[in-house]
Amino acid sequence: MSTILRPGAAIEMAHGGGGMATTRLIREIFARHFANPILDQGHDAARLTLPHGRMVMSTDAHVISPLEFPGGDIGSLAVHGTINDVAMGGAVPVALSAAFIIEEGLPLETLDRIAASMGAAARKAGVPIVTGDTKVVERGAADGLFITTTGIGIIPEGIEIAPERIAPDMAILLSGTLGDHGVAILSQRQGLAFGTTIESDSAALHRMVGDMLAAVPSIACLRDPTRGGLSATLNELAEAAGVSMVLKEAAIPVRPEVAGACELLGLDPIHIANEGKLICICPEEQAEAVLDIMRAHPEGREAARIGTVGASMPPGTPGLLRMETLIGGMRVVDWLAGEQLPRIC
Amino acid sequence: MKYVSEFRDPALAQSLATAIAREVDPARSYAFMEFCGGHTHAIFRYGVQDLVPSNVRFVHGPGCPVCVLPMRRLDDALELAERHGVILATYGDMMRVPGSGRRSMLTARGAGADIRMVYSPLDALALARDNPGRQVVFMGIGFETTTPATGMAILTARAQSLTNFSVFCNHVLTPPAMEHVLAAPGIALDGFLGPSHVSTVIGAGAYRPLVAQYGRPMVIAGFEPLDVLQSVLMLVRQVNEGRREVENQYSRVVTEAGNTRAKEVIEEVFALRETFEWRGLGSVPRSARAIRPELADFDAEARFAISEKQSREVKSCECPAILRGVKQPKDCKLFGKACTPETPMGACMVSSEGSCAAYYTYRRAETMAEMEAAE
Repeated sequence: MSTILRPGAAIEMAHGGGGMATTRLIREIFARHFANPILDQGHDAARLTLPHGRMVMSTDAHVISPLEFPGGDIGSLAVHGTINDVAMGGAVPVALSAAFIIEEGLPLETLDRIAASMGAAARKAGVPIVTGDTKVVERGAADGLFITTTGIGIIPEGIEIAPERIAPDMAILLSGTLGDHGVAILSQRQGLAFGTTIESDSAALHRMVGDMLAAVPSIACLRDPTRGGLSATLNELAEAAGVSMVLKEAAIPVRPEVAGACELLGLDPIHIANEGKLICICPEEQAEAVLDIMRAHPEGREAARIGTVGASMPPGTPGLLRMETLIGGMRVVDWLAGEQLPRIC
Repeated sequence: MKYVSEFRDPALAQSLATAIAREVDPARSYAFMEFCGGHTHAIFRYGVQDLVPSNVRFVHGPGCPVCVLPMRRLDDALELAERHGVILATYGDMMRVPGSGRRSMLTARGAGADIRMVYSPLDALALARDNPGRQVVFMGIGFETTTPATGMAILTARAQSLTNFSVFCNHVLTPPAMEHVLAAPGIALDGFLGPSHVSTVIGAGAYRPLVAQYGRPMVIAGFEPLDVLQSVLMLVRQVNEGRREVENQYSRVVTEAGNTRAKEVIEEVFALRETFEWRGLGSVPRSARAIRPELADFDAEARFAISEKQSREVKSCECPAILRGVKQPKDCKLFGKACTPETPMGACMVSSEGSCAAYYTYRRAETMAEMEAAE
């Protein structure tokens, strides 16, 4: 039988019509790349046997331009992003679903590459894509390809990850360098050449989280600083926990090439998105142990302690996030209003 | 990061802070205006105030190009996009600035206007080449720093015979604005932190007549925190010794004459406007650039009929007084309440280089506490 993947072939409205073209698209691209025993049963809904415990469920829609970028693509990003959201709840991810909204005209080769990368990411993470959906929309109604992934996971006994557990004097840890993903995307989008290629940090963090929680169940909170970066994530946690926080700018790891790009564009790495980093807040006395575990994983090699939880704030007041600057001054680290906009000069 | 981290060294910062504290006369105060919004941003971002004695005060000047653009010019730009249907290309800083009726480039874009954020005028030129059937207008804005790049874009458009590219020119000049601040009655400034990027173009020499006439010391300062601290030390010394000179702390980049080629481009492309309206300063003679008549094909103001209309500033917004350095953000009733970076009423809050945004972002708690105490 011929394949739909002829050179130059593109998505047509018929691929979303529910007929033979749809079936062939699913079989020849998605089912081929995602193959696993549950998906291969071919039911509309996946039947899963789950261990006992509390379940975590998370969903995330992925829209990104360009679809492919240094260090990843929308497919691997959709797998990593949802696995990480499940893992940040303290859960072991069990399965993923994936829904595709594809724009008419998207080259089938591109879709095939992205699905292959997505399948590889799921296999590498050991979290199968067990069900999904495909829709095709008219040219102009979407930006090439949108992917929504949903993940479920089970929280092991004795683990309680919640902002409310953050308490004064706890340590704030970061698993590695800031801003790699956001700057990688920006450099592609704007066609900026920085001399070296900056790669996205997109990665699944659940294995590192599993080891961290197994060794230190008293970890209070985990969060991946994606959109909005470190500043939005910590502001959110400080507010939810009703505490202040103090960061040390000199301790925050940033790759020199990312720092250079940020200087050039007038951006601050603490506001920039990451896709393979986590923030961990844990009791002070466990901080070194957690850092050692993180550093033993490839995703956490550059883990660092970046700050400390400060005093409790009166109820109803927003948490206050401050930073000791490189030269020893203090400043507030605020939420960003809207997106970060480059300065004129 | 080589050539940057050296200028953020904590030990050096501390030793400069100690030197400033040693030389400052406790019996008097020192008010230094940083003209340029880039300095305002650096001072707040690195907490430079924490390292200088409390009688050394930074006064924030009118050097943020977004902040000083009058609302009328923004309304005109919106009209170009909305009524004339052009592709309007603009720097990111402009996107959220509120125009009349609190409309901004972002809200206009949401309503269907074709407004694109660009990083340089060259991006706008590329837009014109890629959209031969559309008129592309680049909103030229900024001081002498960004003017040469706009000029180069116009010269390139002419060389490439692009007929669908023009510039809505809002470029302004630094020395006339400084003079305007200095000439205001009752101004209590002890010196200026001179702009760094602007000075790379116009050179240290451009300020000498001003300093000679008004007798206020000036130190041209780089943007890094150590640059700022060292420049404060140099200003304190000038004040203590009764000197009134232009000194160049940023000598690794700024020369006496500036960038000759950039100045040539400016002269070739732009003429001086007889007068130009600045937000906060009012009409300032010979303070802005217009595109020369021989290049009128590339001048959006010549190419499109822009309607003469009144723009309504928010009445209780203190941006104008804050820009002149006579009020601080805490003196504005709207600060932190009706006016925040998310819902800016004035340009000082929207631009990352504006004083209000800097106070809000980096010193909100202290500023709000001071406001409450004053009520």
